[in-house]
This record gives sequence, structure tokens and C-alpha cells, in this order.
Amino acid sequence: MSDHSLIPPMGQRDELLRMTDVDKVFNGNVEALKNLNLTVNQGDFISLLGPSGCGKSTALRLIAGLMRQTSGQIKWNGGLNEGDLGVVFQEPTLMPWATVEQNAWLPHRLRGKSLDDVRGDIMWALKMVGLEKFQKSYPRELSGGMKMRVSIARALVTQPRLILMDEPFAALDEITRHKLNNDLLMLRDKLKCTVIFVTHSVFESVFLSDRIVVMAARPGRVSAEVSVDAPYPRTEEFRTSAQYAELCRKASDALHGAMNQHGERASA
Amino acid sequence: MSAPEMHATQAPVVDLEELQHARAQRRDKIAKWSLPILMLGLAIFLWDRIVVWNEIPHYILPGPGLVIQTLIEDWGMLSDALWVTLKITLMALGVAVVGGVGLAVLFTQSRYFEMAFYPFAVILQVTPVVSIAPLIFIYVDSRLAGLLLCAWIVAFFPILSNTTLGLNSTDHNLRDLYKIYGATRWQRLRYLQLPTALPYFLGGLRIAGGLSLIGAVVAEYVAGTGGIGSGLAFRILEAGYRLNIPRMFAALILIAATGVVIFTFASLLSHALLHKWHESAIKREN
Repeated sequence: MSDHSLIPPMGQRDELLRMTDVDKVFNGNVEALKNLNLTVNQGDFISLLGPSGCGKSTALRLIAGLMRQTSGQIKWNGGLNEGDLGVVFQEPTLMPWATVEQNAWLPHRLRGKSLDDVRGDIMWALKMVGLEKFQKSYPRELSGGMKMRVSIARALVTQPRLILMDEPFAALDEITRHKLNNDLLMLRDKLKCTVIFVTHSVFESVFLSDRIVVMAARPGRVSAEVSVDAPYPRTEEFRTSAQYAELCRKASDALHGAMNQHGERASA
Repeated sequence: MSAPEMHATQAPVVDLEELQHARAQRRDKIAKWSLPILMLGLAIFLWDRIVVWNEIPHYILPGPGLVIQTLIEDWGMLSDALWVTLKITLMALGVAVVGGVGLAVLFTQSRYFEMAFYPFAVILQVTPVVSIAPLIFIYVDSRLAGLLLCAWIVAFFPILSNTTLGLNSTDHNLRDLYKIYGATRWQRLRYLQLPTALPYFLGGLRIAGGLSLIGAVVAEYVAGTGGIGSGLAFRILEAGYRLNIPRMFAALILIAATGVVIFTFASLLSHALLHKWHESAIKREN
């Protein structure tokens, strides 16, 4: 994290995680994922974009180790160690009986570390999301956006190699979502972290990521990959630029392509 | 231009609706305490008047004055009895908490354990304690143990079922998170399941507090008097045989007061533990 160098351009990044021919079948006949191939490199900001039922959340759960693939391989460069993963869900998923600080303590606490030992890490993570003044607050005292920030701080606290985000801002209002999008990019710039971001918003995926993996449903699979060649840091100006509009159209076309593939199959 | 300046010098603008709202709130606050007290006083007054106007003899229905007089005169005997009943009740509640929570934890740790033993818990709960109590006093030598067992059978079930429900109500995303961070079974229980179950448990405790008193009283009725002194229920029976109706009422009032005190304590405990974070303790505006 003390590394102040830039994230190397795509193509020159070290491999972090590789999924090869991953299938996931539910109940013997529902193909949630078919033949998923995905390589995640250090410093990537990847969006998984697709309609519901395309298996993007399943892919995330497989990477998180919450379920096991039916076949295929998921390989971590250097193996998966404690604290390598940070996860942010669609809901803030905070413990209501615990203060902000205690919530952010959780990943360390489950590894047997006392609050005093890791207070530095916790304050650092809360500072990263701009909540250092709220360490003693309870979740119910915070707004929806602030709760989500606590959730992000909790994911950051172990300085993970990969952060998984499952539609984290989908339930927030647009103004808050834009603000959190901006802040997330700032964080990424500071921390050089690797992110896989699940979303069903074309605009969000283009604004945030350098690679968009477009997925199609039934069976869940990768249908296209769009690279977003806009330089970081991206600011509010980028949102209104012609380049952004063009990239959104590209991603949108890819998404419609993914949905039509399914339509053709259904009508054939 | 001048309108905002005018407003700035005035007091904060309060419209009619808000005024009415504030007034209604003040009224509610006063009524919350005064209305129950007023109604209770009115009921006692009516009770007194009915006795006096109809010249009802005290061996049929004593007036409130006579009941209070009896309460004071017989205080020595009644306070001993109150102490006995209270002791049984609190011990039974304690055992119900330990047994109920303990069983609930075991149930959530092992599905098979729950499948095997849940039917027993239900059978104990649905069988009226009055019908089991005589058997208990045949098989259990110690009177204290018998009384405790009866009260426990009545009181433990709400704690067991509420706590089990609570332990199983954890947020599924949090459960996933604990799994991702490699939590042990014990960590999950202690940091996630027990705090989630706390509000449910406290709800069960409020019910169980009343039930343990009922259990203690019923058990005393069945057991009669014995080596450990007599409780309030036995005093009621005894006074009934002697047609000492005022003493029956005095003992009854003590039992009811005990129940109210236990309920109040459970409610205060609930507030103390939950007011910082739980939805039930949050006052919403409007």
C-alpha cells in the first residue's frame, strides 16, 4: 500500500487469479455458469455486467469460496491466504449491535486480533472512506451511503489483494451513487487495489472499470469483453464527455448483443 | 426582498398543524401515566362503593380497605410466604434461562439434535403442568426440587423457542461474510448468532417471567405445605378453608404485584440492552 507507483497499463500487469473452463450446475440441470474463462490481473478494475440470471453473482461466490465449481479450475497466483479477500454486498450488511469501529474490526477479530492491536488499521480504513469521526456511531445513526462506506472500510481493513463488490450501490439514490463511484475510484487510485465489481448498470460499469466482462444468461456465460480505454483518474467531467457516451454505447451494444443471443436461442 | 428579513427577526415559523401535533404529543405523554392510575383508582373506588352500598358481608367480598388492613396485620406471615414464592419463581426463571438458552444453542449447533429433542420440548410445553405436578411430587423426594421442576417446565419453552428462532435469524450476507473470513463455529455463535438472538431472547424472558410465577403457584397448590415453609398459593388455599376471604385477597394482591415487578424488571433489562441499536427501541419522528 505504500507503493506510490502507478498501476501498470493493461497487458503489463501480473496475474492474480485465473478461472479456467468453470462450470456451475444447480440441482443437476440449471446451468448457472458454463465455460467461464476469466483472468484477473493485479490492478484490474473489472465489471461483470449482465442481465439477472447471467451468473455474475455466482461467479463472485465461486471466487469468494462460498461455493465450489462443478468443474473447471480457479487458481490464485500465490494461493489464497487469510485477508486476501474483501467483500462488499448489495446491502451494507453491518452488525446493528456493533459500532462502526467494531464492524470494521470484524475481519481482524475473526483472526483473533484484539481491537487495540488493529486500531491503526481500522482508523486507516475509516479515514479512507471519510468516516474517521464516526467510529463510535451505531449503524442506525448513519445514512445509507455512510453505511455502505463502513462496509467498504471493513473490506479494506485487511488490505486485501482482491475486493469483490456485488452491486454495492444499486440500492442507493443516484446522487449518493455518483459520489461513491467517484470515491471508489479515488480509493483505487490510492491503494492500487484490484476490484471485481458486479453491476447491471452500463453507465456505472463504464465509469468505473478498465474492463467490462459482459455476460449472458441461460446458461450463464461470458458473451463479450469491452475494454474501457479512458485514462484514470476519471472525474465528473468524464461523465459528461463524448468519450464516455461513446463507451457507454459500446457497452450497451454488447449487453444487448448478450441479451439477443439468448432471445435467438429461445425463438429458434 | 423584505420578506425574508422579516422572517429572520421572528421566532421560528410554526404552523397550525405542527402546533396541534405538539399539543397532541404533550397530551399523550401525560395520559400515558395518568390514565392507568386514574382508571385503577376508579376501579378500587367502585369496588369499595359496591361493597358498602350493597352491604356485602366481608366473608363474601371484602372491601379494599379491609384487604389492605389484612395485608398490614398479616404482614409477618404473608411476607414469609411471599419470600418462599419469590424464591421458587426466581430460581425457576434462572433455570429456565440457562436450560432454554442452552438447549437453543445445542439445537442450532446440530440439526440432528434438534430433530431428536424438539418433540420432547413440545410435549412438555403442551401438557398442562397441573396434570404432571402430582406425578413429579411422587417421584421427586425434595420438595424444593419438585416445585422448581414444575415452574421450569412452564417457563423454559418461550425462552427455548424464541432463542432458537433468534439464533436462526442471522443475516445471510453476514453469515457468508463470516465464512469468507474463516470464522470458527464458536466465533459465529458468539459474535453473530447470540447478539442476533438477544432481542428474541428478551421477548421470551418477559413471557417466561410471568410463567415461572404461574408455575410456582400451581406447583404450590399441588404440593401443599412441606419442610420449606409455605408460599402465597398455600396461604390462599388455607385462608379459603377458613373462609378468611380478606387474607385470600391480600395474598392474591401480593402475587399480582410480584408478577408486575418481574415484568417491569424484564422490560427494563430489555431497554438497557437494546436501546442503543435495536429497532424496537428507536423513537421515530412523526
